[in-house]
Amino acid sequence: MPDSLVADRPAQLQTDSGLDIQSVAERFGSTGLVPLLQGVRRSPTALVGVLLLLAWAVCAIAWPLLAPYDPNQFHTAARLQPPSAQFWFGTDQFGRDVFSRVLAGSRDILIVAPLATLVGIGCGTCLGLVAGFYRGVSSEAVLRIMDAVMAFPIVTLSLLVVAMLGPSVVNVILVIGLVFTPRVARVVYASTLSVRDLNYIAAARLRGESSTYILFGEILPTITAPIIVEATVRVGYAVFASATLSFLGLGIPPPAADWGLQIADARTFLQSAPWTVLFPALAIASLVVGVNLVSDGLQGTRTRSS
Amino acid sequence: MARRIVLVLLTLWLVSLGVFAVSELLPGDVAIFILGQQATPETLAVLRAQLGLNVPAPERYVEWLFGFIRGDWGKSLALQVPITDLVLSRMANSFVLAGIAFIITVPLSIGAGLLAALRQGRLTDRLISLIGISGLAIPEFVSGVVLILLFSLTLRIAPASAQIPTGASPLSVLPALILPAFTLALTLFAYISRMTRASAVEVLSSDYVRAAFLKGLPTSKVITRHVLRNALLPTITVIGAQIGWLVGGLVVVEHLFGYPGLGDLLLFAALNKDIPLLEACVMVVASVYMLANLGTELLFGVLNPRIRYA
Amino acid sequence: MSGPLLEVENLSVAYGSTPAVRGVSFEVARGEAYGLVGESGSGKSTLAMALVRYLATGGHVTGGAIRFDGKDLLALDAAALREFRGRRAAVVYQNPAAALDPSMRVGDQVAEAFSAHSRLSTKEARRKALEALQQVKLPDPRSVYDRYPHQLSGGMQQRVVIATALAGGPDLLILDEPTTGLDATVEAAILRLLADLRRDLGVTVVLISHNLAVVASVCDRVGVLYAGRLVEQGRVGDVFAAPAHPYTRGLLASLPGEHSRKGTRPLHAIPGTALSAAVHLPGCAFAPRCEFVRAECTAAEPPLLSVRAARSSRCYFADEVLATPIRHSPDHLEGTAQYPAAGGTQLLTLSDAQKTFNVSGGRVHAVDGVTLEVPSGVTVGLVGESGSGKSTLARIIAGLEPLDSGTLEWRGQPLERSVERRPREVLRELQMVFQDPDSTLNPRHSVGKLLERSIRQLTGLDARARRSRAADLLAAVDMDARYLGARPSELSGGQRQRVAIARAFAGSPALVLCDEPTSALDASVQATILNLLARLQSEQGSAYLFISHDIDVVRYLADIVGVMYRGRLMQLGSAAPVFDGGPRHPYTQVLLSGSALEGEAEQTGGCPFQASCPRKLGAICETQVPPWRETSDGGGILCHIPLEELT
Repeated sequence: MPDSLVADRPAQLQTDSGLDIQSVAERFGSTGLVPLLQGVRRSPTALVGVLLLLAWAVCAIAWPLLAPYDPNQFHTAARLQPPSAQFWFGTDQFGRDVFSRVLAGSRDILIVAPLATLVGIGCGTCLGLVAGFYRGVSSEAVLRIMDAVMAFPIVTLSLLVVAMLGPSVVNVILVIGLVFTPRVARVVYASTLSVRDLNYIAAARLRGESSTYILFGEILPTITAPIIVEATVRVGYAVFASATLSFLGLGIPPPAADWGLQIADARTFLQSAPWTVLFPALAIASLVVGVNLVSDGLQGTRTRSS
Repeated sequence: MARRIVLVLLTLWLVSLGVFAVSELLPGDVAIFILGQQATPETLAVLRAQLGLNVPAPERYVEWLFGFIRGDWGKSLALQVPITDLVLSRMANSFVLAGIAFIITVPLSIGAGLLAALRQGRLTDRLISLIGISGLAIPEFVSGVVLILLFSLTLRIAPASAQIPTGASPLSVLPALILPAFTLALTLFAYISRMTRASAVEVLSSDYVRAAFLKGLPTSKVITRHVLRNALLPTITVIGAQIGWLVGGLVVVEHLFGYPGLGDLLLFAALNKDIPLLEACVMVVASVYMLANLGTELLFGVLNPRIRYA
Repeated sequence: MSGPLLEVENLSVAYGSTPAVRGVSFEVARGEAYGLVGESGSGKSTLAMALVRYLATGGHVTGGAIRFDGKDLLALDAAALREFRGRRAAVVYQNPAAALDPSMRVGDQVAEAFSAHSRLSTKEARRKALEALQQVKLPDPRSVYDRYPHQLSGGMQQRVVIATALAGGPDLLILDEPTTGLDATVEAAILRLLADLRRDLGVTVVLISHNLAVVASVCDRVGVLYAGRLVEQGRVGDVFAAPAHPYTRGLLASLPGEHSRKGTRPLHAIPGTALSAAVHLPGCAFAPRCEFVRAECTAAEPPLLSVRAARSSRCYFADEVLATPIRHSPDHLEGTAQYPAAGGTQLLTLSDAQKTFNVSGGRVHAVDGVTLEVPSGVTVGLVGESGSGKSTLARIIAGLEPLDSGTLEWRGQPLERSVERRPREVLRELQMVFQDPDSTLNPRHSVGKLLERSIRQLTGLDARARRSRAADLLAAVDMDARYLGARPSELSGGQRQRVAIARAFAGSPALVLCDEPTSALDASVQATILNLLARLQSEQGSAYLFISHDIDVVRYLADIVGVMYRGRLMQLGSAAPVFDGGPRHPYTQVLLSGSALEGEAEQTGGCPFQASCPRKLGAICETQVPPWRETSDGGGILCHIPLEELT
């Protein structure tokens, strides 16, 4: 019986998404992917999320087939046109078809966000496992460095690094991955701690297993559930962060049809041509909402507690 | 307790190392980075002298670090003004905006989270969670833009820009702060109400709440005497983390509304490659974040009897 | 005002569509103590909660009635229910720490129970709370009042919970496993308190437990639950001396009692696994496991028949069951080894082992100068309560925790203190079985995989040989080879422990450390595991260091027994003399007699047991460490009292 949150769980073990590692692990009993998927299937909101994501994935892959116009083509005669039969979402200040641009923008973000998440999950998992399993100086050192990286709010750190490295797709992926690493490491660290002293790990030590095997063969398989949940939460943040960076001028450089960039470009026309801002904004919102619905479904926060 | 403070100082030191390394070492030749490839050797030399780049890096770092601790944060390259006053005044502006957002949102979110937990699974709960998820999912610039569209341009209730005349206090343009504060409030609400709801749900299913009901206590007493205290404790840590986020998240909101705060300054420094300013801003932001977290950890330790009377 | 206080008539409870309690009927007279005995899945907890109408989500009463003092409980509205709870009936649950609000002072929680039902000023409520704390025999009620739950020990917490329960002046006190999880001596103290409270307050008690001894010590009458049904009922003394239902009989026979010993008098485990109430059989629920089964049993479910005065049993052949005694033979019993083993090799030698932990508030000497040896083929039983250091000792020997000082030798050679540095040969020979069946197997690995992994690491067998050895290991623990593909989540607690034992035996070990392997299991399952361990020992000649808090279990298995208290070995010697009339340390005597221990004083310089010792001599016990007095078999006792007076 979880002896309430007033237990001496250090404040560090709460991630900034409020994800409660302990209860996720308990809920899924550390048995991995299948129960997670079942959880998604059972929740209607999560299904909506999955559908949204699928729709955008199709867009990202097939937008050249779906877009009526070339997203970079200027239709100089039809600048700042409101939505019409010809231009479903209207046109921007250069006469570019907003609908095509919105569709095209899905690909970049659906490449950047998952890749950045992968970078973050990969590095974070290794660091978290090591920090959680080994006690002593090396563990403390890893944690302190992670704390230092986390001392920067996401946007600040991204700003700092991208400003230095210059905006490009690769840099955005690396920066967001860097920003995520300590947060993922915290989740993995906490999960590893909760598993580290269990008897089957002691049994593994007793039969002479190497540390590498124990980390990746014994511990990692049992903590995949929180990692997967954290990964889906991170993808949402990645979309968020990438769009924000583009909006601020530090993300994917123009003339890419990036949604954040589109909103930044069109800000000045907010009053005269709100559709130039509205549709990219809705695109971002729907993608992030979709991701969050799925991750909520996995966490079971919407289901009634038994 | 002392251990925590030492750890914070250690982390801040690591942060300073990181900031210095990234801003002065990462771009390679800093002078060329700032002035561009076309710069003449003479202008490069002038800049190098101004930045003190002729001194080896470790020495530069120590000097910079001590300067920072002393309060001498150098001179902005782009604006040619002393950084310390600039940053501090901008920081004050940011605190006002963040403060307003905070004061409105925190009580509201806690109440909403508790309500959602008590009406778990019912319509109220779903509604609150829906608002929450929107706040969480939608980036501030998106919600800000939509709010501007809605309240400023269409309904004409609040101003779209929150610029302050130089020298004036932000409170003099209070109505202009409504929309930016509201934008911030949305995201704050999402995090805090979610956390409160989750911990309240867990507390409601605990054995001691069951015991309280079985003593024959009425529901209202059970909530006020047992649920509130235990459900809110973890929420404190989330609120603390949000303070730090606020400081960073302000970048987008300030930029969007043209509000002269620390976040806007930070962005300016980044876009203009103003390295001394950038370093100072980042250090200040990181310090505020860490201190906020330390504060909440200490508060948690004081309020939590298991830690206070270990 | 006559008539029973509580009447349960044909009560059925289900969660959704899954039945948990089927047609249970019993009555409890005023002032009586009625016990309900059952193992996991018997529906006893559901019944407890149903009595106060606080069922978990999805739980609802599907039939029957509950009457309290003549009034129908199921018809009460919310206000009346609130009045009923706390004032007329109160509940004490199993985990006292969880039942107390961790952020509120303990005394305030008791006071709250008083003001829930009467208008009292804060001062009045506080005064009554202090009285209540005194009534439950808490030392220094004033200081306890101001403490938080985490500052109290388990026993003290449970006393506070009992005080809270009694605050409303209830007529009925329901206790659901109130002492499970507490040390035996603390449990005895709580039970004595309950007996005193019954006598002083005249409160009616319903006590639910899986522990027959607990029920026997407190209750007047008992009902036995199996698969959600009441299968036997009667006076406690009658039922436990001569059971009238095969299940009760099986339960009693599976308990290690005073006269059971491995080898000479094995435990009789009930075959098969417990049935849950959810399963509906056409005939008797116990028929699949029953040794008295006949054709009638599977045809129709027997009703609860009256077999003697105030005795009923749900069995067609109750008379036959009554007539067949459980085998208790007063023969002289020999142990299987003497200490030190004559002619046997010393596998493990531990000398003056020390291990100290730093915790907030000081240093804890978890292991304080322990010296013992384990000869080959012998079971050394180590008994002690929580805080005795026995588990730490096991972990030290296993190499999972480093030893601070002292020597550790394996077969006469120094043994690496850290398990990571031990060679494969030693690992193969020195293995461990753990306590908690839920965490002993990796939930993501199939049984076959984890067995083969152990085989691979500990032996040099190739892939095909490993597979067949895995199947052999399973067979040795009485499990079918089809379980090789199963995941731990598909196995019961007993099955998981069997796999864990199979894993430990992968390399044919010479010594297996058993750290409370049966403490988390039901009594009937425990019997199976203990028998299994005994059999494996006789087949493979392995030695055991068997650790338990349950002295009956140790008595069943051990050839040599050690008694630990607060990190020190208080007694060590051959089992037979210790249990059957040889000199005993006062603490050993306390454990064997099931007495209560009061007092948890600070450690002073002398004997660790002096604060609670019933035979304390005086100041010498407080100031001087007692000498180790050697006994005739080579063991010893740590006491100031000379050996002749300890017999």
